[in-house]
Amino acid sequence: MADGTSWLHRAADSDIWWSFKSSSLTVLAAVVTVFIVLAAFLSPVLAPHTPFDPSTLSLSDGLKPPAWMADGDWSFVLGTDDQGRDVLSSIMYGTRLSLVVGFASVVVSLVIGIALGLVSGYVGGVTDSIIMRIADVQLTFPAILVALLIDGVVRGLISSQRHDEIAPFVIIGAIGLSFWVQYARTVRGSVMVEKNKEYVQAARVIGLSPVLIMVRHVLPNVTGPVLVIATINLALAIISEATLSFLGVGLPSTQPSLGTLIRIGNELLQSGEWWITVFPGITLAALVLAVNLLGDWLRDALNPKLR
Amino acid sequence: MLAFILRRLAQSIAVLLTVGLVSFFLFRYIGDPINSLVGQDTPAAEREALKEKLGLNDPAPVQFLHFIENAARGRFGLSYRTSEPVSRMILERLPATLELSFCAAVFALAVGIPMGVYTGLYPRRWSSRLFQAVSLIGISLPTFLIGILLILVFAVMLHWLPSFGRGQTSTFGWWTTNFTSWKGLEALILPSITLGLFQLTLIMRLVRSEMLEVMRTDYIKFARARGLSNRAINFGHALKNTLVPVITVTGLQLGSLIAFALVTETVFAWPGVGQLFIQSVQFADIPVMAAYLMLIGLLFVIINLIVDLLYFVVDPRLRGTARVGGH
Repeated sequence: MADGTSWLHRAADSDIWWSFKSSSLTVLAAVVTVFIVLAAFLSPVLAPHTPFDPSTLSLSDGLKPPAWMADGDWSFVLGTDDQGRDVLSSIMYGTRLSLVVGFASVVVSLVIGIALGLVSGYVGGVTDSIIMRIADVQLTFPAILVALLIDGVVRGLISSQRHDEIAPFVIIGAIGLSFWVQYARTVRGSVMVEKNKEYVQAARVIGLSPVLIMVRHVLPNVTGPVLVIATINLALAIISEATLSFLGVGLPSTQPSLGTLIRIGNELLQSGEWWITVFPGITLAALVLAVNLLGDWLRDALNPKLR
Repeated sequence: MLAFILRRLAQSIAVLLTVGLVSFFLFRYIGDPINSLVGQDTPAAEREALKEKLGLNDPAPVQFLHFIENAARGRFGLSYRTSEPVSRMILERLPATLELSFCAAVFALAVGIPMGVYTGLYPRRWSSRLFQAVSLIGISLPTFLIGILLILVFAVMLHWLPSFGRGQTSTFGWWTTNFTSWKGLEALILPSITLGLFQLTLIMRLVRSEMLEVMRTDYIKFARARGLSNRAINFGHALKNTLVPVITVTGLQLGSLIAFALVTETVFAWPGVGQLFIQSVQFADIPVMAAYLMLIGLLFVIINLIVDLLYFVVDPRLRGTARVGGH
């Protein structure tokens, strides 16, 4: 780091970097996360097989155990499923989908939550009451139930074939809509403090429109805490997507995420083919644990009261 | 006190009405009530007549009132998937879910509280650290993964316990129970552990942090000075004062247990209402979804209400402020 640019110098001297370095568990979590993310996004290059191209599959390769077991084949390191798909390659592609869907649904809930929280806090009055009562009612139900319900409604509106085609977007929307409340409440709280400060009054006096004041002046001052919540919720979003897919209402088996892979493998678990379930399960567990640990560390590192 | 109860009641009713409104919109506008009653080849005129007779041409608020009235009497129409009355389908499956949730809650409390007390009293022992580490894993792993892991170890590899279904049940009136036979109890073990594990870790961590806090207070020091036995201090004085938050969390988690049972029920092919709900989502069976939503809403509201009232019973300080401050 010593001969880096000035930006690198500053980063290396910062408190955050120090608190990161001094927690070996956090460093381990970061290494695991980076490894999984790289393997997932480089899957078109790195994956040994293309598991979702039917022309490369052969049923005679089906149900092979991992390579180190008897009957194993080193060209399928973690074994194959009943269709002859390579488990390792499926996991790499599946992880990529899980990460994308998880990340996108966090972004969706962030956008909804921040927008409603800004309006609620800045406008106040009846608008505020309505938004916050909706939030209260939604909080009565566990988020996974809300997501399931939204998915069911979409299935009622469009045909099942069409649903399979747009499944990732339905899931992103469903999870996004079920997690906005926490962001909206946090933003609303900070906006109510900010809106009485002098810079907002000054902006109002010079005749800026409310929308401009909210977006340009209030928003930058209230996003910090929400972004920290968002990091922690990323693990939750990945779990939600995996759960929905496992329940058979998430991503279809034509474009499987980790949850879908676990569901497919679960049907074969009774007959002893454990590797089809266990390896995607381990990947999911490692990813969620690592992201959780990183989120917890970030929350503590950015909280000045804990220093 | 009375004002507080009345206000909470009014809030509960408002929440229930909102949930009812969502259910009504689902039932009336996403689903098609007529299609669920007649065949594909029914002539348009007959459909129209049926529509008039069922009051589907009435203004929306009137229809909503009818919907709420029917819901209060347990009438939710027929399922699109099986053409059975929705209320009967739910009633048939409710005992399975309630028994599973009950066992999971008992498991979580019976294991979680002692573990919490132990780790709170002796935070530096290595066994406490082990409990803490395991609880971190328990809290971050998805429920279905834990269920699959248990099935793999205890059903597929060791053949100790059954991995799906309720096993042997007996019927009393409309209630089917697992508690009368060893086979039925056996089938409950893995699903209850799966469902209760998250709550267990939550309760354990809560009791631990409360115990750590309470043990530092002056009245514990005075109790020691008075020469009370460790047992009397730990359980009579310390644990008693950690119970208020435990009651809250347990109460609130009871509702989530019943809702989260749907994941566990899918993993273990447990024939409860959660499994019914998943099937109805897959088939876009709107009447069942609407009814399930109302049922869960009702359960949550009742549980929240009971938890709020329990505060007054458990914590004498609250009774005082309620009288003086008028809440």
